[in-house]
Parts: sequence; structure tokens; C-alpha cells
Amino acid sequence: MIALIGLVAGVLLGLLLQPTVPLWLQPYLPIAIVAALDAMFGGLRARLEGIFDEKVFVVSFLSNTIIAALIVFLGDQLGVGSQLSTGVVVVLGIRIFSNVAAIRRKLFKA
Amino acid sequence: MSGRPETKPPEADEERGAPPSASGPPSEAAGLRAMLWPRANRAQLVVGLLCLLLGFAAVAQVKSTKADTGFVTARQDELVGILSDLSRRSERLRGDIRDLEGTKASLERDGQGETALEEARERAHTYGLLAGTLPAVGPGITLDITDPSRRVRADVLLDTLQELRDAGAEVIQVNDVRIGVDSHFLDSPGGGVEVDGRRLQAPYRFVAIGDPHTLATALNIPGGVMKTLMGAGANGSITQHQRISVSAVRS
Repeated sequence: MIALIGLVAGVLLGLLLQPTVPLWLQPYLPIAIVAALDAMFGGLRARLEGIFDEKVFVVSFLSNTIIAALIVFLGDQLGVGSQLSTGVVVVLGIRIFSNVAAIRRKLFKA
Repeated sequence: MSGRPETKPPEADEERGAPPSASGPPSEAAGLRAMLWPRANRAQLVVGLLCLLLGFAAVAQVKSTKADTGFVTARQDELVGILSDLSRRSERLRGDIRDLEGTKASLERDGQGETALEEARERAHTYGLLAGTLPAVGPGITLDITDPSRRVRADVLLDTLQELRDAGAEVIQVNDVRIGVDSHFLDSPGGGVEVDGRRLQAPYRFVAIGDPHTLATALNIPGGVMKTLMGAGANGSITQHQRISVSAVRS
């Protein structure tokens, strides 16, 4: 519940403060957000399966975002930034889908 | 996502007094309710904080994606192209500013209206060239079209003219007819083509003033004028000139 409140509060804060993304963060933020989404859905799934652990969630959230951003950074340095970000987005997208499928099965039994 | 199982007091659900949902077994509904019930310990707060961060970042990203004009997603060579376009344009505009400032300064300096007269004369000359009432000299090309099989019709010549105009030709003459904005081409019944009421016979000769290289390239593009001419059994030859004169005028 606190997580949900936090999410809503974050969105409201973003709408109110109208932040601009700093330039150095611009290539990495989209990927980091997708990675964080993956962590969030993973957490939701674990919660529904009754194996949720805050520590695991926090660690996976942080490591997901940081690793995703690092991969993009490395890709930019190697000159394959756009391809690598596509790859990361595909992998994270697949994980999000499988997590959401598990959540759906848990919730609706379908 | 593995970890030690969550310990949740089952009696907490009973206290809230919500009836178990009809569809799922009670344990599912209880799990959902327990998930939605705020439990404020430090770990939960950290989770909430991370979610806050996620929401904030997502909104910020969406906003900046909406705001930017696609430069972030553009490739490096595209960006370089855009940049060089812009700097070329600003260079040109700066040149225009210099010219206009020079004109302004000389207009202010001169009391007798000498510069104004000069300006007006220059403008009249430009308009005369565009209207076709003045002869012109400059770099350009000649395009000679021989038509042994007599299959070059008015539309082919019109296409050629439009191609030249597109490529930036400023002054154009076909045989001895100066082309203006309202020039027209007609198939003549006895063969040949009528241009602005004057009957022309092959070979046709286009004289166009403009950047010779650009004009020649425009005529030579694959599937362009030269290919069409060849397809009609005609032969076109382009000659680039550093200085060529268009002497025909319109009345």
C-alpha cells in the first residue's frame, strides 16, 4: 500500500514540479525506468505468491536500474548504444510480460 | 525474486471485516487485502520511496520526451547533418544581414537618392530577368535534343523545363523562345512543338542559366529527363558552360 501511495505521490510530484531530466541522465533514464518497472512487477508477483521480501525488492530494484544504465553506458562507449538499449528493453519487456502473466494467473486464475 | 516467506498475521484480515470475495478462495482475497493494508515499517517505507522515485522519474521522462523534438533519438550523423545545415543557413542569413546593413548605411549616407536609384535599378534588372524582358549572361548549361524519330512531344519538353526550374535555373531559352512564367507547350499538328505560339522543329536547344553542375545532375538522375528522351528515341547532350548568354527576350 505504501508502495502504491509512493507511486501515486511520485507521479503527482512529477506533475507538480515539472522536472527536466538533466542532460547526462537523458540516455539512461528511459532504460532505468523500464528496469525499475520490471523490478516493481517482480515485487508485485512475489507479494502475491507470498514470498515478497523488502530487502530483495530494494536490492533488485537498485541493481536492475543501475545495471541497465551501465549496459547502455557501456554500449555508448563501444558505439553500439542503440542496439544494446534495444536488447535491454526487449529482455526487460519479456520479463515484465512473464511477471504480469504470473500476476494475472494468481489474481484471476486465468 | 526469492526470499523468505512473508509473515502476515491472518487475524488482521478478520479485523477489517471485509467479506472474502466470491470468486477466489479466502486466502487469495486475504493476500490482496494484506497487500493493500498499510504497514509502516522501515523496509516498507524504503519500498514506497523507491516507487515514489519510479513514478517521479517516469513522469519526468515522459515530459522530456514530449518536449524534445526528436534530437535525442537521432543518430550522430543525422545530428551532424542538421547542425551543418543550420550553420550554413545562419551563415547565409548573416551574409544577408551584412548586405542589408550595407544598403541601409549607404541609403542613410546619401542625400541625393543615388543609392536608392541604384537599388531600384538593380531590382528592375532582377525582375526583368525573371520576366524574360532582358537578356542574361551567366554560368549555365545547354541541352541539345536531337529527335530523328520525331517522337519528342510537348510533354517531354515541358518535363525538361520543369526539371530545369526545379534545379534552380533562373533564365531559360528554348531555341529562340525565351521562357517565362506563363510559357506553354503544344503539340503542333504538322510535327514539331509550339512554344508560346511559335512553332519549333527538332533539334531543340535548351539554354539555362543556373549552377551548371546542379542542372546537369538534375537532368541526369536515373529515370529523369535524359532517360525519358532516350526512351523516346531522342538524344540529349548536356554541355556545362562557365559563361553562357541568353539573348532571346519576351516582349
